[in-house]
Amino acid sequence: MTKRYFEDFAPGQIFELPDVAVSRADIIEFSRQFDPQIFHLQDETPITEFGGGLIASGWQVCSLFMRLLDDGLLINSSCAGSPGVEHLKWQHAVRPGDHLTGRTTVVETRGWIGNPKLGLVRFHHEIFNQHRERTMMMDNAILFRRRDAA
Amino acid sequence: MNAYEKIGIGDVHVFGSHTFTAESIKRFARKYDPQVFHVEEVGAGETSFGRLCASGWHTASAMMRLLVNHFEAEEAKARAAGEPLLVSGPSPGFDDLRWPNPVYPDDTVTFTARIVGKRISKSRPGWGLLSMTTTGVKQTGETVFMVTTHAFVETGAAV
Repeated sequence: MTKRYFEDFAPGQIFELPDVAVSRADIIEFSRQFDPQIFHLQDETPITEFGGGLIASGWQVCSLFMRLLDDGLLINSSCAGSPGVEHLKWQHAVRPGDHLTGRTTVVETRGWIGNPKLGLVRFHHEIFNQHRERTMMMDNAILFRRRDAA
Repeated sequence: MNAYEKIGIGDVHVFGSHTFTAESIKRFARKYDPQVFHVEEVGAGETSFGRLCASGWHTASAMMRLLVNHFEAEEAKARAAGEPLLVSGPSPGFDDLRWPNPVYPDDTVTFTARIVGKRISKSRPGWGLLSMTTTGVKQTGETVFMVTTHAFVETGAAV
């Protein structure tokens, strides 16, 4: 596959990303380090109106999505980082044994003030579980080096 | 006043600081964000970052750890003082996350939060939505992280 530069992105393009299985051990390992709340650490949790049982930290879901985006798109691109995320919604809990897959849609491409060698691509990212329930969505801009600046 | 009523717009919470070692930057990135500027020094030198830097999700995750520690300590203090405890629920998401500057090895980032919004939830009786803007500033004074997160908290009022 040829390397993608800023010029290779256009609004409306959809990239299907790879998939990843999430194990109980993965969830607990991440949570112990970064988000040690009871519902991210053990199976037995208080049942509230929001549900119960072990669920992944939302920040782990972000990180897992990042890996899918890297493997599916960014590793073989001129990606030069990201200024941030406009909006993110956690819509469905991720649980042990879930199988996640991602998709991203190009919303807009434009120049980047401050560095003419780069361009900005705005994406709408989505991550789904094995039941095709959307677990998370996010609007995120990513910088790419232009081909003629490579 | 119950715990929800006591929350004031503008309340400040200092979460504390985290130092990012080169090893921890690479360990996180190998698993979750293996772009060259997050996993190897030499390759990173040829990118626009100029050197190894932390994945933005590593910065966010490190913030979360300090947030959890901070609110656990607040809860312990309230419990010890016999004050009402704030019951929190899940987060529906966040807005305006920014990574304005890179986090390099051995940078120490201090995270501070300010309460920016508080409203009764229409969809969840008995719950409110609390919004908080958290900023991460490193030892040079540069801001490296900013986010406005939202979380459900019990209002304690029988609605």
